[in-house]
Amino acid sequence: MDIATLAFSALYQFGDAFAFLVLSACGLAVIFGMMGVINLAHGEFIMCGAYVTAATVHAGLPLPLGILCGTLASAFVGVLVELLVIRHLYERPLDTIVATWGLSLIATQGTLILVGSTMAGVGTPFGSFQVGAYSYSIYRIVLFAAALGVLGALYALFNWTRFGVLARATIQVPHMAAALGVDTRLIYSLTFACGAGLAGLAGGLYAPTMTLVPTMGATFIMEAFVTVVIGGADVFLGTAPAGGILAIVKSGMTSWQGQLFGQIGLLIAVIIVVRVLPKGISGFVLRERT
Amino acid sequence: MTGFLALFRRLEGPQTLGRGPGFWALFALVLAGALAYPLFSDGYTVGNTVYFFVWVFIALSLSLIWGYGGSLSFGQTAFFGIAGYGYGILTINFGAAYGFTFIALLLAVAMAALVAALLGYFMFFGRISGVFLGIVTLAVTLMLERFMAQTAGPEWRIGAARLNGFNGMSAMPPLTIPWFGGPIPLFADIGLYYVVLGMLVLVYLALRMLMNSAFGNVIVAIRENPERAEMLGYDIRKYQLITFVIGAALAGLSGVLYTVWGQYITPSSMGMTAASLPLIWVAVGGRSDLTATVIGTLVVLSGFQALTIYGSQYALVFMGVLLVLTVLIAPNGLVLGIINWIAKLVTRRKQEAA
Repeated sequence: MDIATLAFSALYQFGDAFAFLVLSACGLAVIFGMMGVINLAHGEFIMCGAYVTAATVHAGLPLPLGILCGTLASAFVGVLVELLVIRHLYERPLDTIVATWGLSLIATQGTLILVGSTMAGVGTPFGSFQVGAYSYSIYRIVLFAAALGVLGALYALFNWTRFGVLARATIQVPHMAAALGVDTRLIYSLTFACGAGLAGLAGGLYAPTMTLVPTMGATFIMEAFVTVVIGGADVFLGTAPAGGILAIVKSGMTSWQGQLFGQIGLLIAVIIVVRVLPKGISGFVLRERT
Repeated sequence: MTGFLALFRRLEGPQTLGRGPGFWALFALVLAGALAYPLFSDGYTVGNTVYFFVWVFIALSLSLIWGYGGSLSFGQTAFFGIAGYGYGILTINFGAAYGFTFIALLLAVAMAALVAALLGYFMFFGRISGVFLGIVTLAVTLMLERFMAQTAGPEWRIGAARLNGFNGMSAMPPLTIPWFGGPIPLFADIGLYYVVLGMLVLVYLALRMLMNSAFGNVIVAIRENPERAEMLGYDIRKYQLITFVIGAALAGLSGVLYTVWGQYITPSSMGMTAASLPLIWVAVGGRSDLTATVIGTLVVLSGFQALTIYGSQYALVFMGVLLVLTVLIAPNGLVLGIINWIAKLVTRRKQEAA
C-alpha cells in the first residue's frame, strides 16, 4: 500500500471517529455547559431519535425527513423531561445525575417492553467507493460533514441569534438576566430541548449504521461523556478540540489493536487529562484568557 | 485499654442516627432474630437470604462515599467485579485447601482497593469535582464490562481460570473453613449465612465507629463545604482518597461474597443496570445514614425480588420511577424521610404535653 492510500485510510478513520465523538457529545455538552446538568439519559435520547427515524423511514418517509422527525421527537421528549423532572433539581446538580439515571432505566426497559428486543434497521444509503485495496462507505463522509455542520450551526445559534444572546446571558449571571426581564425558565427549557434534539439528531444519523436495540444508548454514552469531560463546559473551545484529539487517540489505537483498545485509549486519555486539566480544555483556555 | 473503650464510645455520635438504650435494645432484638432465623427455616431459603446480605456491603460502600463523602461514584460495581473475578482466578488456580479461600477473599478485596487507590489518586489529586467524578467512574465501569465481555476466547485465561466472556466464570470453590475432621465448605446454606451475617454486623459497627471518629467528621465536613474544610487545614484529597479506597474494599467484599454465593460471575455484574441498582437502594433508603442504608437496601431489594417474580419486565421500570420520585419528593430517602417525620410527630406531642 502506498503512502497516499495509507494517509487516506488514516484520515477516513479519523473523520469517522471525530464525527461519532462530536455528534454523540454535542447535545450533552450543550446541556452541561449551559445548565450544569449532567444528563445520564443522553443515550436514551439518542435511542429515541434512532427509533423514531427508523419508524418514520419504514412508514415511507425519505431518510433526511426521518432524521428530522427523530430530532424533533427527542427535542419534544426533552421539553417534557425538563418540565417534569429537571426543573425541580437546578439547586441540586448531583441529584440530576441520579434522576436522569432513573429516567434512562425507565426508557431502556420501557422501550424493551413496548417495541421488543430489536427493531428493523434502515439500510445504509449511498453505497461505497474504492481507494487502493479497501472500500469506504460514503455515508461515513456524510456523517463527518454533518458533525462539522452541527458545530457550525451551534456557533451561529449562540452567537448570531437573539436566543443565543439570551442563553449566554442566562448562563453567565442567571439572576441578572432574570432581573433584566429574560424568562430564564423558558431559556433553560429551550436549551434542554436543544440538547435533547441534538442527541436525537445523532441517533437519527447513526440509525442506518447500527442495530437498533433498547440498550443502544450505552454505545454512545461513554464516548459522549469522555468527550465532554475532556472538553469541559464550552462546546466550541472544548467539545470540538476534544473530539479532534480523542479521534486521533481512538482511530490510532483502533487501527493498532482493535475496537476495544480504541476505547481503552479514550479511558486512559480521560484519566490523564483530568489529572492535568481538571476543568477540561475549555477551562484551561478560558483560564489563560482571563 | 482506654483507647479500646474510646473506640466503642464512637458507636454512636452525631454522624449516625439511632442512639441510646432503646436503639441498641432494638438492635440486639433484630440480631437475635437474625441469629435464630435459620432454626425456623430450611437451608434453601436461608441460602437465598444470604443473597440479600451480600448486596448490603456495596450499598454501605455507596453510603460511605456518596452519602457521607458527597462524591457520587458509579465505580462500585467495577470494584465489585474486580474482586469477584479476583477471587475466582485465585481459588481456581490455587484451590481451597488450608483455608486459602479466606486468604483469596482478602487478596481479592485488596486488589479492588489497590485499583481504587490508583484511580482515586488521579481523580482526587486532579481535584475533579463531584459531577465529573461520577462520569469518570462510570467510564471505568463500562470499560471493564466491555473488556470482560470480549474475553470469551480460549486465549483469555489466567492460569487454569478461563475468563469466558459473557458466559461467565464459574466453578470456583466456595469459602472453606479448615477443620480437624476435614475442611468445611460453605455453600449457599446455613453455614455461609452465619459467616456473612457476622461480617455484616462487624462492618456495620466498624463503619459506625469510623464515621463518628474525627475522620468521619472531616469526611462530612468535606461534603458540606470542601473549601471550608480545606481552610481549616485538612488535606481533603487524602481524606477523599481514603474514603474511596475503603468504599472500594467494601464493594469488593460484596463482589467476592456474590461470587462465593453463586460460584459464578459475569461481566453483566458491571454493566449499566448492575451499576444502577445499588444506587437505587441507597438513594431510596436514605444515603446519609448507615442504618437507613441497611434497612432501605434490604427492603427495596426484597421488594424488587418480589416484583421480578410477579411482573418481571416491569420491575426495572418501577425501580426507575421509584428512583425519580424519591429524588424529587424525598431527597434524603424514604427511610430517613419516615424517621424524620416520626421524630417531628414525637416532638410535637411532647410540646403539646408540656
